[in-house]
Amino acid sequence: MARWVDDRLGAAYLATKALRKVFPDHWSFMLGELSLYSFVVLVLTGVYLTFFFEPSQAEATYRGSYEALRGVEMTAAYRSAIELSFDVRAGLVMRQIHHWAALLFVATMVVHMARVFFTGAFRRPREINWMLGVTLLILAVFNGFAGYSLLDDQLSGTGLRIAYSVALSIPLAGTWLVSLLFGGEFPGPDIIERLYVIHILLLPAVIGLLIAAHMGILLRQKHTQFAGPGRAEGNVVGERVWPTYAAKGLGLFFITTAVLAALGGLAQINPIWIYGPFEPAEVSAASQPDWYMGWLDGALRLMPPWEVRVFGFELPNPFFPGAVLPGLTFALLYMWPFLEARVTGDRSEHHLLDRPRDRPVRTALGVSTIAFYGVLFLAGGSDVLSTTFGLSVNAVFQAFRIMLVALPVAGGWATYRLCKELSLRDGPVVV
Amino acid sequence: MQETEPSGSGDAAASAAATGERVVIGAFTASTLAALALAVVYWRGGQPQLEGVLLGLSLGGIGVGMVVWAKRFLPSGEITEERGQMGSTQEQVLSFTQAFEQGEHAIQRRALLLKLLGAAVGALGVAALFPIRSLGPRPGRGLFETGFRNGSRLMTEDNLPVRPQDIPVEGVVTVWPEGHVGEPDSPTLLVKVGTPDLFGGRTRKQWTVEGIVAYSKLCTHTGCPVGLYQARERLLLCPCHQSTFDVVEGAKPIFGPATRPLPQLPIGLNQAGELVAMGDYREPIGPGFWNRGR
Repeated sequence: MARWVDDRLGAAYLATKALRKVFPDHWSFMLGELSLYSFVVLVLTGVYLTFFFEPSQAEATYRGSYEALRGVEMTAAYRSAIELSFDVRAGLVMRQIHHWAALLFVATMVVHMARVFFTGAFRRPREINWMLGVTLLILAVFNGFAGYSLLDDQLSGTGLRIAYSVALSIPLAGTWLVSLLFGGEFPGPDIIERLYVIHILLLPAVIGLLIAAHMGILLRQKHTQFAGPGRAEGNVVGERVWPTYAAKGLGLFFITTAVLAALGGLAQINPIWIYGPFEPAEVSAASQPDWYMGWLDGALRLMPPWEVRVFGFELPNPFFPGAVLPGLTFALLYMWPFLEARVTGDRSEHHLLDRPRDRPVRTALGVSTIAFYGVLFLAGGSDVLSTTFGLSVNAVFQAFRIMLVALPVAGGWATYRLCKELSLRDGPVVV
Repeated sequence: MQETEPSGSGDAAASAAATGERVVIGAFTASTLAALALAVVYWRGGQPQLEGVLLGLSLGGIGVGMVVWAKRFLPSGEITEERGQMGSTQEQVLSFTQAFEQGEHAIQRRALLLKLLGAAVGALGVAALFPIRSLGPRPGRGLFETGFRNGSRLMTEDNLPVRPQDIPVEGVVTVWPEGHVGEPDSPTLLVKVGTPDLFGGRTRKQWTVEGIVAYSKLCTHTGCPVGLYQARERLLLCPCHQSTFDVVEGAKPIFGPATRPLPQLPIGLNQAGELVAMGDYREPIGPGFWNRGR
């Protein structure tokens, strides 16, 4: 059989090269794989969902088995999601697996990015792959937001309203941008259909291509490795792809899908039937976005009531935390390899990874950054924290504002000291 | 180069191998049974928790089996491979350059031709952007106006008019202009406070009726409906980012990120004693935008 194919494709040479490739072995190198596997689950479950979802804002009435919503008017989009959840066998599980996979997709990307950062794997020659990775993160966050907004439930509709208002706040172009995207004033007649196209076609296609490029570059440049016996800048020490590495990788894929399947069946997520269909004049308390947007919502809350108004023109308050902050965040992320190279003067190739403790400044900055966005993330739940712990909302806000400055500084300083301390205990490095 | 086969010598290794085999057999068997059970559950009507657990076992069994198989029975050990140079060699660059710059007859005005090609492609690119204009209407006056007019009756969600006595003291009702009930830009809060004397600050008393004041329900921060009313303090709280507005001080924001008060709607009574608007809002409702003040 293989002979028959090979007679026509002559693939034996390339296949041998691929099978013999050596991959270094460290658990933290599997984080990127987990993102890839999550993406595969997203595509598989996603295709299933497209057979049942109706991306339409036309008015409809639910007449299925879920009593509480029977006879209620809603959009066709919301109805199709409710029907999928209650009137299609295994529909709820598939929807929930899809949602959990999206949460895991972004989470594993963030952890993978942190690993790459703290080990300095973004340095030459891997700056391109770092930038591809940052792009993938942005696209994944966007696609996740688009995905859960499709269902047109009360919670995600509130999120869309906020997104509309943030886009509206962009100077000069904002009013046009939202009118073109939404097809008019909020909510507009077109947003669900357009988000659908973006979510199932445009972004997945780009994400797929970028993943391919990301992995292709990885294959070309070979994976980095930690220093150790027999390991040098000029070699790669590890296992061959075939059979061991491939088998373990495939096994990890199945285990990842298994965990997602179990979550999808056992852990309720996005119970849209409780939120109800979206009504623009209604809202419920404790409205939070999905976790990866939490930092943006926290920033919107903590931003002091400052605005710029000149001659009848204005930069509205949400513009700063909603547009400027993420713009700066991702710009800095993109530029990091080049910033670090400039500051350290180190422009040489690196294939050996740093131990975080050996780069105390970079590690401290990384921890500070995590602290900063971590505080913003927690601030996104300010009202939940207030009610859970019986604190005044004012007190919670002030506390978070103080922590936003104090925690990164303290955390960074403590990390720096810890790195130095650990390095001292290790003694000089012998390679 | 060292590559070790995992099998050592002696009984310890043999029994370890046997254990490994048992684990793999167990994993694959459990997986098979789970898949069959899953099919039965589906056929019998489905059940979310069972579906998830059985699917998880079925996939997990395969995964665990593979990993154990790989770790116990497949060759492991450290292979060293040389990385080689990242950049291309001189010869490679040279042959690329030669291949790329192949076969061009001498052109007199090559630079001009290339510039014109660039201009043509660029112009086509710009032209291709124009259809974006068709995606939606021009912003126009939409953001500056709502459906309220002088004399518009204030209607509840159930399309019923409101008289002052219909609203309980310290009560709140959401209303829309007649004929525009449910429209997303015009939900309006009617708040009845105990005594009209309480109104101060920027509240326009001439726009109130018998202690009832009308404010836009859409938060001036990011447009969420300001749905929570703390009657004791007479504060309207927006649940999204906790902006808080003082009802008796012209809905001035006293906490949170909102920078502007909720616009007040001028209201009065018609002949039938029903509450009506006395005109549209005097400023754009909702969140800010670039040219809001013009």
